[in-house]
Amino acid sequence: MDNPIFSAHNLTKVYRSGEVEVFALRGVDLDLEQGEMAVLLGPSGSGKSTLLNIMGGLDRATSGTVHFRDQDLTAFSERQLTRFRRDHIGFVFQFYNLIPSLTAWENVALVTEISPNPMAPEEALEMVGLNERMTHFPAQLSGGEQQRVAIARAIAKRPEVMLCDEPTGALDSKTGIIVLEALWRINEELKTTMAIITHNAGIRDIAHRVFTFRDGRIADAMVNEKRAQPAEVSW
Amino acid sequence: MSVLDRKLLRDLFRLWAQVLAIALVMACGVATIILAIGAYRSLEETRSAFYDRYRFATVFSGLTRAPLQMKNELASISGVSGIELRIVKPVLLDMPGMAEPATGIAVSIPDHGEPAVNRLYLRSGRLPEPGRTGEIAVTEPFALAHRMAAGSRFDAIMNGRKRTLVVTGIVLSPEYIYAIGPGDMIPDQRRFGVFFMPRTALAGIFDMEGAFNDVALRTHRNADFSEIIDTLDAVLTPYGGTGAHDRTDQISHTFLDEELAQLRAMAAVIPPVFLFVSAFLVNMILTRLIALEREQVGLMKAVGYGSAAIAWHYAKLTLVIALIGIVIGSIAGDWLGRGMTRLYAQFYSFPFLIFRQSLDLYAIAAIVSAVAALAGSMRAIWSIASLPPAIAMQPPTPTRYRSFFSGGAHHLKIFSQLTIMALRHLVRWPVRTLLTAFGTSLAVALLIMALFSFDSVAFMVDTVFFRTERQDATIAFANERSPRALQSVAAMPGVLRAEGFRATPVILRYGHRERRLTISGMTENPDLARMLDKALDPVEPAPVGLMISEWVAKLLHLQVGDIAEVELLERAHRKVAVPVSAIVESYIGLAVYMRADALDRVIGDGPRLSGVRVKVDSSRLDDLYKTIKETPAVAAIALQGLSRQRFRETIEQNITIMTSVYTALAVIITFGVVYNSARIQFSERARELASLRVFGFTNGEVSSVLLIELGAMVLLAQPLGWLLGYLLSWSVVRGFESDLFRVPFVINRSTFAIASLIVVTVAAISALIVRRRIDRLDLVRVLKTRE
Repeated sequence: MDNPIFSAHNLTKVYRSGEVEVFALRGVDLDLEQGEMAVLLGPSGSGKSTLLNIMGGLDRATSGTVHFRDQDLTAFSERQLTRFRRDHIGFVFQFYNLIPSLTAWENVALVTEISPNPMAPEEALEMVGLNERMTHFPAQLSGGEQQRVAIARAIAKRPEVMLCDEPTGALDSKTGIIVLEALWRINEELKTTMAIITHNAGIRDIAHRVFTFRDGRIADAMVNEKRAQPAEVSW
Repeated sequence: MSVLDRKLLRDLFRLWAQVLAIALVMACGVATIILAIGAYRSLEETRSAFYDRYRFATVFSGLTRAPLQMKNELASISGVSGIELRIVKPVLLDMPGMAEPATGIAVSIPDHGEPAVNRLYLRSGRLPEPGRTGEIAVTEPFALAHRMAAGSRFDAIMNGRKRTLVVTGIVLSPEYIYAIGPGDMIPDQRRFGVFFMPRTALAGIFDMEGAFNDVALRTHRNADFSEIIDTLDAVLTPYGGTGAHDRTDQISHTFLDEELAQLRAMAAVIPPVFLFVSAFLVNMILTRLIALEREQVGLMKAVGYGSAAIAWHYAKLTLVIALIGIVIGSIAGDWLGRGMTRLYAQFYSFPFLIFRQSLDLYAIAAIVSAVAALAGSMRAIWSIASLPPAIAMQPPTPTRYRSFFSGGAHHLKIFSQLTIMALRHLVRWPVRTLLTAFGTSLAVALLIMALFSFDSVAFMVDTVFFRTERQDATIAFANERSPRALQSVAAMPGVLRAEGFRATPVILRYGHRERRLTISGMTENPDLARMLDKALDPVEPAPVGLMISEWVAKLLHLQVGDIAEVELLERAHRKVAVPVSAIVESYIGLAVYMRADALDRVIGDGPRLSGVRVKVDSSRLDDLYKTIKETPAVAAIALQGLSRQRFRETIEQNITIMTSVYTALAVIITFGVVYNSARIQFSERARELASLRVFGFTNGEVSSVLLIELGAMVLLAQPLGWLLGYLLSWSVVRGFESDLFRVPFVINRSTFAIASLIVVTVAAISALIVRRRIDRLDLVRVLKTRE
């Protein structure tokens, strides 16, 4: 563990609303290794989403530093953060965030059009097993299918890192497992670094490492000696 | 205050910009209703009151000379309630401090007591007294233009002699509300005035003792005009009667009628445009608001609010928007109405002209606007009121799109995905897209309608003043003179070229159609006053027959080769059959021409001249003026050079006012439509746009989705607006057509361009205001929620 792709140091995030200060992060230290799949567990409000948003360049830390390779994200301008998201990060969200007016293929092409080194949208859809449904609009797809389109969209630009916030949160166990399998495969085949937030403790078994959050801190970090297959996850 | 009302107020505050944009569009509708109908009523009622109180005549006739003893005979014509036998004479005025001569009309008033018809309103001073020579009362506009007051003096050439006149009072006459000098196209208060003199004094000057040359009479309410006119003609023909006519041939009255007709047309066309657009905007904003509040409505229904209560809640929101529009529109309408009335006061002289604020007018405007707003909101309100609570609480079914614009094969890249997003959204709601484009196109159309008048008037001025009436001045003789008079005029100082003309008043008749007009006799090779064919090329006068303007041809259904009847009004109403030999173009009056020798043959008393048109060396104008002022034979002079300038100035001033008003209206429509449209698109797509930002699209790229969509609608609006503007302008031109003048229909290409440029600029600004919201999108929050 000497070449982290992400390195957060003493990261703090305070939200101020009026007189009240809410500490979302209270000094978090975290390194993510190249090709690693990390699962972030913890109750609502424990800080895991805040950390993911700061790592993805969607939000800014109040203090502390985050390095992506040797670049300090905390020093980035708004424009640089946009560029950073565009070139390096793949996002997957609980509610998919597909564009309803674009077909599955087009939703993927949306991202490949602006990426420096993308794969063909067909190839990305193939990897998540959706090559048959490329011309369907989101409204014509099931929840699991929509999430797999979202994953295809995230991987199509060949990102170094994928950040997934509750990717199975809105899915039942069967479709949830299909989605996890897609993520697993990408991690294995493309060696993409992944951070996955979940409420579902069962998912921890497929990770290389598991971080448990409580009150804005990492309360526990655990290394899986042997990763389970997604199909083995108990829901 | 109920909780729902509190919600209503908060909604209004939150949506204030959109509410204001709609209210402003609605305000334009309210303001134009109040302006047009208010101004119409002010003008109509003031005129009517002025006519009644000052006994404006209903039938008029000129004649050469008849004895006053005829009064009883004329007064006993059935249906006549009052009669005045007058002396009316043109005079040339030599005003202090003014080189060019002014033209005046001297009208007699009874020595004692008020006239039976056409009474005078005395603004200041007193009426002239019969014993004192040279005392007169002058009309107010002329007095104001020359800063006259009781005691002011000026010289006049009356019956060949220069006399000094003394002003005793300033008056207004129902006969000269709109006073225009002979040969002028637009009133010039400085160069034309009317003055009134006691009859014995005026008779003494013009050798008209015991005689009169003008009849004005009032009739009973249900009198038969045509019978009175026929009887009057029969009685007056031996005395050189020039044909009796009713008010429709009275210039001042007809001009006001034209103005009133235009106000009516404005009231019928403009307010509906704004009310339609505001209804559409209300529909758009309410549909979106209700879509966002769907679950809240479901909840309210679930806890026991009835459909009626929900419907009333949203109806109230609509009514508050309408109320804001009505208040703003009423204030603006009142302000514009006062301005319009002030403008009228420059052209029309009334003893008083106020913008009438009647409550019912505001009530009508308010009701019409509220109804339009409610009509716009109806569909949205109905859809939510009729939704069962259980369904309302579920999220709406996702929007289904169709795969337009995918370019067939995926690899065929015609549009970027961002463009496809924008275009599919447009096609998904075609009605909304078309209505938005239509609303915007109305702004383009309004602008074209306002701007094209510059083109048409410029064209008209060019045609009238530079191609047909090219003379610098037209000298009219007091009586017809022998052709030798042409040499005398040609010999006047500064005259470069002189062309004599003969003009004779006639009734031109074909079948059962007839018109009173003047036939102008033209020299063989006219250079100053030319006739133009339909292609506006000069044509030589035909050796025989009438050359009639297109308008006269249309009125009388005459074609080349038809034989028309010419009734010579100054030749004992003798009737002559004359063929039509050509149809020519003319924008002013009822133009009919004949070659001078042909006209002389028709009239039958040898060659005579009514006046001379001259081209003048401008450096010697003052000398010419001086000579004319001392030439007894000259009754009037029209100065085309000055007319041209004044015509331009007045028209340009009016058009500038009109264009500013219409530009303001167009800006409000464009802003209302585009801003609301952008806000609603933004609201519908905030989540998508935030997602795009998350994926690494820049603010500029994300904005392009909105801007492409708006741009497509604004672009679509342009050709539609050009077409509508063309049609509107055409109908305006048709509406303006009258015996007095016709405006040629000319729209330059630049007018379309300017209209589009203004609308596109306003649209761009409106869109950029909304675009700033993209910069402020909360990326994190939007990802945590469902639509």
